[in-house]
Order: sequence, then C-alpha cells, then structure tokens
Amino acid sequence: MTAVDAPAVPGGTAAVSPRVPRGRDGLVAAAVLVVLAAAPLFLAPFATTTLARILVFALFAVSLDLLVGVTGLPSLGHAAYFGSGAYAAGWVSINVTAEAPVPLLVGAAVGAVAAALTGWITVRTGGVFFLMLTLAIGETVQQVANTWESVTGGANGLTGVPAVRAGGAPLANAGFVYWYVLAVFVLGFVLVWLVARSPFGAALRGIRDNEPRMRAIGYPTALYKYGVFVIAGGVAGVAGSLLVAQQRLVTPADLGFLTASLALLAVIIGGAGSLWGACLGAALVILIRDALGPGLGGHGTLLLGIVFVLVVYLLPRGAAGLRLRRRSPS
Amino acid sequence: MLVSVLNGFAIGFLLFILAVGLSIVFGMMDVLNLAHGALFLGGAYLGATFAGSWGGFLAALGLAAVGGLAAGALLSLMTEPLRRRSHLDQALLTLGVAFVVAELLIIAFGDDPLSVSAPPALDGSVSVLGATYPAYRLVLIGVGAVLALAVYLVVERTRVGALVRATVADREMVATLGIDNRLVKAAVFAVGSLLAATAGVLGGPIYGARPGLDATVLILALVVVVIGGLGSVRGALVGALVIGQVDTLGRVLLPELASFVLFAALALVLVLRPRGLFGSPASVSTR
Repeated sequence: MTAVDAPAVPGGTAAVSPRVPRGRDGLVAAAVLVVLAAAPLFLAPFATTTLARILVFALFAVSLDLLVGVTGLPSLGHAAYFGSGAYAAGWVSINVTAEAPVPLLVGAAVGAVAAALTGWITVRTGGVFFLMLTLAIGETVQQVANTWESVTGGANGLTGVPAVRAGGAPLANAGFVYWYVLAVFVLGFVLVWLVARSPFGAALRGIRDNEPRMRAIGYPTALYKYGVFVIAGGVAGVAGSLLVAQQRLVTPADLGFLTASLALLAVIIGGAGSLWGACLGAALVILIRDALGPGLGGHGTLLLGIVFVLVVYLLPRGAAGLRLRRRSPS
Repeated sequence: MLVSVLNGFAIGFLLFILAVGLSIVFGMMDVLNLAHGALFLGGAYLGATFAGSWGGFLAALGLAAVGGLAAGALLSLMTEPLRRRSHLDQALLTLGVAFVVAELLIIAFGDDPLSVSAPPALDGSVSVLGATYPAYRLVLIGVGAVLALAVYLVVERTRVGALVRATVADREMVATLGIDNRLVKAAVFAVGSLLAATAGVLGGPIYGARPGLDATVLILALVVVVIGGLGSVRGALVGALVIGQVDTLGRVLLPELASFVLFAALALVLVLRPRGLFGSPASVSTR
C-alpha cells in the first residue's frame, strides 16, 4: 500500500474534473461544434476524411481517458474493445444490415461484453500491474482476430464492408460519412462527459486519488472500477463502429499494441483526465500518422515515439496542464 | 510429445534470460521497462546480420552484449529525471523509446521477416530417444540452463547479489548504508538489457527477426514476470519454464486457442496467487 499516496496517473490529482460548460467554456464548445459541422462545406474531401479519422480516434481516446485520467487505470489494451466493436459492426454490416443504428449498437454491445468478460480480472489489480494485464489481453484478442479467419478474415482483415445506410440510402459521400461520424462522436463525448461528472464519476476520481480511503468509506471500489471498465469498453466499441463506417475495413492492426499505445499517447498529450485534451491529443496523433507520416517515408511512428518521450519529460500534465498553470500559478 | 516438452524447455530458458532483467528492475525500482522487447528484437536483427558462421554468431553475441549494456545504462539514465514522478511516467517513457527503436530497426532492416540461421554444425537435427530434434534447440537448452544457473548463483549467493536483493526488499534502508542505489539500478538495468539483447541473438534461429516480434516477446516476458512474482529470480525461472511448456503444449494440443491458453494460465495464477508464485508482499507496492 506504499504507493497509493503517489498519483497513479501523470498529473494525477492535479487533473481537473470536467466542469459544467458555462460562460466562456460553453461558448467555445458551441463554436467548435459549429466549425466542425460546417467543415465539409469548405474542406477538400481528403481533409474531410482526415477530420473524420480524427473524430473516430478522439472518441476512442476519450473512452480511454475515462479509465486512465478519471479512474487512474492506465490501460495498454484498450484497442481490444475498439477493435472488437469494429469487427462486430463490420460483420453485421456485411452479413445482416448496414442500416444506421444497427452496426453502432452491435459495436457498443460487443465492446462492452468483451470488456465485461476480461474486466473482472483486470480490475483486481492497479497501476503498472493493470498496464501489464491489459497489454496481455490486448495481444490475446489480436491473435484471435488473426486466427479466427472464418469471421475476421484473418491477417487480411475484414474487407468489403458496405457503406452505412441511413433511412434506406447508403452514405456514399465523404461529407455524409463525416456528419454521421460527427453526430455519433458528439453523442459519445457527451455520454462520457456525463459519466465523468456524475456522482459515479466523482467516486471514480476518489478511487484514483486514494482507493483504500474510498473502500474504508464504504464504496465497493472493485465494482465501480468494473463498471467504468465496461462503460469505457462500450464507448470504445462505438468508436470502433465509426472506424469501420469510415474506412470500410478492419485489420488486426486496429486492435493491436500500436493502436492501444497511440490512444494512450493521445490521452497523455492532452493531459489525463481532461476529456477535451484527449481529443486534441488524438488530433495530433492522427495528423502525425496520416498527414505527416507519408512525407516521412511512412515512418510517422518514429516521430510519434519522439513526441511521446518529449511529452513525458516536458509536459507532465499534458496540454491541459499548460492551461492550468497559466490560470493558477500554484 | 517429447519434442514438445523439449521445445518448452528451449523457449522456457530463453524466456528466463529475457525476463529476469525485467523482473529485477521492476521489483527493485518499480520501473517497468517496456523497451525490453525492442532490445530483444535488436539482438535478433544483429543475429540476422552476422550469423551464418561461428565467427559471425559469436560476434553478434558480443555486439549484443556490449550494445545491451550501453542501452540499459542509457535507459537507466533517461528514467533518472523521472524518479520522483509516478511509475506510469517511467513506463510511458520506455514505451516511447520502444516505438523509436522499433521504427529505427524497420528503417535499417526493412519490413520483411528475416530468418536467422543457426551456426554451422548446429543447423542439422539429432536423434533424441528416437525422435529427431533440431540440434540448435538442444544446445540452446544447455546454454540457457547454464546462463540461468549463473544468474541465479550471482543473485542468490554473492555479495553483489545480496546487494541487489536488499535493494529489491528495501531501497531506503540500503541507501542509509551508504550505497548509491542509482548505481545499483543502473547496473541491474544494464545487465538486464544485456541479457535481453543476448536472448535476441540466441532466440534468432527460433523466432527469426521481424517487426512486431518486440511486442510478442515483451508480452511473454511480462506474463512470466507476473506469474513468477516481481523481483524474484526463482519466480522468473519457474514462471519462464511453466510458460514455455504451457505455450508449446497449447500450440500442439489446441492450436486455435493457443493465445487463450496463455491468458488462462495468467488469469489462474492471478486469481489464486495475486502476487505471483514467488512474489513477496513487500515487493508489490502498486496494490
């Protein structure tokens, strides 16, 4: 029990809880939403697609932030639930129907069920142990995706996923796909934000800061951690269904170690515990990987690794920490 | 069956060499070195470059040893500024380093899997109790057993080993005795990395060298460390041999479910003995 007093998360206790957006924050949120909604009208199709990728990855990072930043459970296997949701949504789109809410709900359900099946063992641990266990689970799930060829398509991935259909018509245009992704992203973000600021979320932050004390007060901390693990898995599954709606393809790499660690990087860059920070981090990660990566001969990962090292040294509280420091020089 | 058991021992000893450094550094300093797999992969690529003749194989081993020592010392130095921060920050730093190293290896050696040939005279098969078996793996079992014994004796029976064990048990108390535990950490980090890179060369003829191998072996090593208990050499040895057998038997008997078998073994141990088979309560500070 000696390490409990040290925050398990970079920034730990200092990370702000998501606040009610009022005044300036509410205006900023509304302005960002308007700009995002109008983006396809003035952006080139490629830029629109990149923005959609960012939103998909941002929702995934936000679901991870619920674990890492809010609850203090650093997961390196969260891509398992993201990928499970993507595979499930893709499979349903191919074999049953691609009509709008169906792949989404299936993705969410499968992500949550996968998290429920594996979570009972991970939440028994904490800190670096949790990191190791989730890593092992992520790798196991990736191997399943690689070997279960009849369902997942094996190493080639699940190809030929039809476009998502809304009201009977397929969303063929990059702009419509983008708006679908944006709408679901907003829903998912609001859901996670509501969870984080509910009494349940407050208890989760209590567990992050001092789990023995929360247990002593009478909170069933293991149950709370299990609950948030399943919720985060479900939201990651939703993000996975967006991934397949956007790129119409799922490969084992989407639930692998690299995807999981990039999401963790996004959360850390943004500042663990700050949901909007995770979105900024996701934007940076996707821009480096997809926009700068080809210019670097496909070695965007190298740059991301360097960014990772620099962020750990220079920004212990992430981008959100920068803002905190400027406001209250304590 | 016999072949599978022998394979299990070969993989088991290889895993021990890989995991023991990870276990001691983690048990001692709470630094989870996620770059450990990248060091193994670096060793494997060295093997792929030089192996083929005895001179080349030994040169690869020597280079891996020197490179591993230097890399370990460097990693220890890099985590030093973070010693007052959380354990997670240090793990994340090594994760970033692992990204960079893995990508540099891809730039240097390309995306394609490389096969590593065993040194001449060991690339054939021998007959063991009626079954044919690759000679190299048989030698690997021997070399692995000797290395494992050497590490075990150094840690359990020498003054230096006592210092290492004492630092695992209570680093503040060791510091009050006038010993700079940063030096102990750097030394253990360096030797652990040496062993990881050496294991990469030794494991080359079995695993080959390919992108992604670093994550695979890192996870095997983590499973070994968790099962054996943190900071325990005996635990790492038992854990490695158990995982070696479980993994190879699983691949023979239930090839579809091999990865599940590994996870099931991990889950079983963690449910029954949350601190690992040989973990002492004192060495687990994260709970």
